[in-house]
Amino acid sequence: MAQTFSEKVLSRKAGRPVRAGEVVTVSPDYCLSHDNSAAIIGEFKKIGVPRVKAPEKIVIILDHIVPAADEKYAQNHKTIREFVREQGLPHFYDIQNGVCHQVLPESGFALPGLVIMGSDSHTTTYGAFGAFAAGIGRTEAASIWATDEIWLRVPETLRVEFSGRFPKDVTAKDAILKLIGDQGADRANYEAVEFAGPAAGEFGLSSRMTLANMAAEMGAKNGYFEPDALTVAWLKARTLREFEVVVSDPGAAYEAVLPFDLSTLEPQVACPHTVDNVKPVGEVAGTPVQQVLIGTCTNGRVEDLAIAARILKGRKVHPGTRTLVLPASRAVFLEALRNGSIETLSEAGCVILNPGCGPCLGAHQGLLAAGEAVLSTSNRNFRGRMGSRDSAIYLASPATAAASALEGKITDPRTRS
Amino acid sequence: MSTGRVWKYGDDINTDVIFPGRYTYTLMTPEEMAKHAMEDLDPEFAKAVQPGDVIVAGKNFGCGSSREQAAACLRAAGVKAVVAKSFARIYFRNAINLGLAVLQCGEAADVLKTGDPVEIDFAAGTIQSGGRTLRFFPLPESVIGIVQAGGLIESTKKKLGL
Repeated sequence: MAQTFSEKVLSRKAGRPVRAGEVVTVSPDYCLSHDNSAAIIGEFKKIGVPRVKAPEKIVIILDHIVPAADEKYAQNHKTIREFVREQGLPHFYDIQNGVCHQVLPESGFALPGLVIMGSDSHTTTYGAFGAFAAGIGRTEAASIWATDEIWLRVPETLRVEFSGRFPKDVTAKDAILKLIGDQGADRANYEAVEFAGPAAGEFGLSSRMTLANMAAEMGAKNGYFEPDALTVAWLKARTLREFEVVVSDPGAAYEAVLPFDLSTLEPQVACPHTVDNVKPVGEVAGTPVQQVLIGTCTNGRVEDLAIAARILKGRKVHPGTRTLVLPASRAVFLEALRNGSIETLSEAGCVILNPGCGPCLGAHQGLLAAGEAVLSTSNRNFRGRMGSRDSAIYLASPATAAASALEGKITDPRTRS
Repeated sequence: MSTGRVWKYGDDINTDVIFPGRYTYTLMTPEEMAKHAMEDLDPEFAKAVQPGDVIVAGKNFGCGSSREQAAACLRAAGVKAVVAKSFARIYFRNAINLGLAVLQCGEAADVLKTGDPVEIDFAAGTIQSGGRTLRFFPLPESVIGIVQAGGLIESTKKKLGL
């Protein structure tokens, strides 16, 4: 029987052929958590087993509030470090490494065909490498630590078929924002989203991560790109573990197939206060922004910083616009330092933050006052997420963000570069 | 059987407005979480909610972050059930795992309004209000065991013989 990627991976894990809609109990390959590990430890202790079942499968990456912004966060981090030592967990990444969704792939865990559960909604990112990766809650993560098992409903699959080529200054972020705007924030609820079509090769790995990351904003359980030579080469440089590429069968059953033409795409902006409130940049151009954030797990990679640096080179950001740069990881930071992007951005007047989640989730490092607006390359613009409930968050690509930082207002990057 | 009053909200109610991110990484007791429930959507909610009350909403309730406090804070505030046209998948799982009833009902959001008295019969799968009877989908069989055990922690303990 022809199967989708998700059906195939979960069939292998369950040891029997399964179809969308069935519920399976599987042993995941990795279980990710971050600063919320402190809460997971609390739930794990309630279960009452002394040791985690499979320490080698647990990946903990501190990224959400790093370095600790106050004593409470410091205590959480300390609790986590002590637990890691006690349990002998081999895959622990302390505060210096970056956002979990960048660090986990860089560390060679996001491999094709693996089942990765993460106690974070943007765990979908690893679908960029052909893994089956989905977000779960803290209690479920505690239960995986104790039992090495989780129940999953096999998702239906929505297939998006890309054609055409990106116009200048239009990128993957614009494509996913347009898709979410057209389809709605719950279009893919409980589903897998498979990114495919003749133009899927237009997307580099960095862009694939942006799309798979934001599949979560369509409600998706997981995102998926079929691994190609690019994927395999990138991963082989980062792991010695053997892996097998798993792909959807020809003739697999899809819930729907959506065509998507890249060649007519314009820069897009998601307006307050939902990710599916998307407009072409022209409709909101001129809106003043007091802050710009370039980075995060959605758009904080070397390619993203290079786009911003190209636009800001030899120029200064608007004096009324605080411009924050948040590299997704230390590896990204180092490469952007070596290729000159960081120097260019700093010279333009940007504040370079340490790799991590930064202000994206509203806990520290650049929050908004009432009446302020930010244009951010992150993935969520819910009311109050980055500070005051009376502030406004606009989401866009790194090119739009950099052009807007120059002008102090939302700006079409095609008019600036 | 459960009786309470309706708090009515719209579509796509996200976890940031149910439980704001600025509190997410602070460990809180359930009572403290309850004080911040719905804070960024409806500041009146936490002050006036009564045990047994029911949230009625449109589609995609609980979209956004995986934070469990968005389910825990409502349970701690005494909310008996959330009745929505549909739920975001992580929220749906979290609610079940924490013992908050999540009932899928297409009509409730169209016919009920804030302040309406409602009676929910979990066994019969019905919601009664002002002489109307609305039906909701029963939970999938696979998760009933978790709910019956009192949540995932309890069902895991049972599985491990603890």
